[in-house]
Amino acid sequence: MSGDRPRPTLRTIRGPEFSAILGIGDHRPERVVGNDEIVRYIDSTDEWIRERSGIAARRQAGPDESLVDMSVSAAQAALDAAGVAADRVGAVIVATISHDVQTPAAATLVADRIGAGHAAAYDLGAACSGFTYGIATADDLVRSGRAEHVLVIGAEKLSDYRNPYDRGTAFVFGDGAGAALVGPSTTPGISATVWGADGSGAPLISQSVGWNAARAAWFRDTAEHGLDAAGGELPPPARVNPEATDTYWPYLTMQGPSVFRWAAYQMAPVALEAIEAAGITPDDLDVFVPHQANTRIIDALVKKIGLPDRVVVARDDLADMANTSAASIPLATARLLREGRAKSGDLALLMGFGAGLTWAAQVVVLP
Amino acid sequence: MAQSQEEILAGLADIINEETGLEQEAVQLDKTFTEDLDIDSLSMMTIVVNAEEKFGVRIPDEQVKNLQTVRDAVDFIHGAQD
Repeated sequence: MSGDRPRPTLRTIRGPEFSAILGIGDHRPERVVGNDEIVRYIDSTDEWIRERSGIAARRQAGPDESLVDMSVSAAQAALDAAGVAADRVGAVIVATISHDVQTPAAATLVADRIGAGHAAAYDLGAACSGFTYGIATADDLVRSGRAEHVLVIGAEKLSDYRNPYDRGTAFVFGDGAGAALVGPSTTPGISATVWGADGSGAPLISQSVGWNAARAAWFRDTAEHGLDAAGGELPPPARVNPEATDTYWPYLTMQGPSVFRWAAYQMAPVALEAIEAAGITPDDLDVFVPHQANTRIIDALVKKIGLPDRVVVARDDLADMANTSAASIPLATARLLREGRAKSGDLALLMGFGAGLTWAAQVVVLP
Repeated sequence: MAQSQEEILAGLADIINEETGLEQEAVQLDKTFTEDLDIDSLSMMTIVVNAEEKFGVRIPDEQVKNLQTVRDAVDFIHGAQD
């Protein structure tokens, strides 16, 4: 019985009223992989790929260039752009689906390498929505007083999980990283995020097998047929038997037409909801940065949202970076700012959508 | 209210024309979407979404692959309207 003792009231924290993105940075691996290289392994053509997807090329990280390396580079660029020292970062979030170990999180390594001291650090798994989920989280962390500044990094090395023999997805994925520093602001810089998930749509974008099933298939087939049955090399990727690649390694799979239908027609209402939640109309927007998945998805979204022609729509990154999942939105935004197509103070609608299924959209003031 | 198959065909031809630029007269019952009309899988989804709206029916993803010919689509829509 604690009735005689006064019950203490817990102290909580409060933060600034508003947050904003203070700086954006990106990292693009050097090696360019054109469609000509992709079609060596699939029955397809450069023209077919461009017409279906809008993709002309993608970047591929070097063999010694890890997801953490790319993240550090993008994070440093975002800090430099913001003019904020790393020791003022209270949390580091890496949105990714392709960090190649399950633990420790990429974010802890990134925080250490950029000099963020003992900032909290964790990875966020929301696939192509990862960056916009991360911005939502960072907005809350800053405004709650949990962290003064939060680094949100979208980073992917999808070349590790790209099936070179699947003609529906071999051309889709690319590598890269983008980062945003979120911090306190005297005016609202990030609107209320509209987000959600629908696990009933999980099969639309997933992995061919899980790690345990891949290991079991590998042992089963090599025990039965000897190592040669699987090409005499451990996966990944291209040396193994093409007929069985997707059982030995968890490649990304996608039901293209169904994903197109979902993204093109069910994400437009999400965008409109985010615009309304921000207290603006489509006419107030300067920039639209959708996840860079497919040019025909982007075309359908622009039409359905009813964006005026003057709104700058991110598309160039899709053409030469392909789909970089969580990295695509910060990569595309950094590029628009660098090329002067978007400028500081512009209102930009960011919208991620992808595996899960997951989605998240918010309007931000560009730094 | 259920529409006649002729009305559905005409409506479908308009939707296909809007998506692909193909003349309405080219959209005939015995034509296949992929081979004859050269409609790819993504355009097919756009046509399906617009057909759902126009005809007030639901055409699930798993049904779309069964719609090989224009007749398949007209029959499905006609049946779904009943």
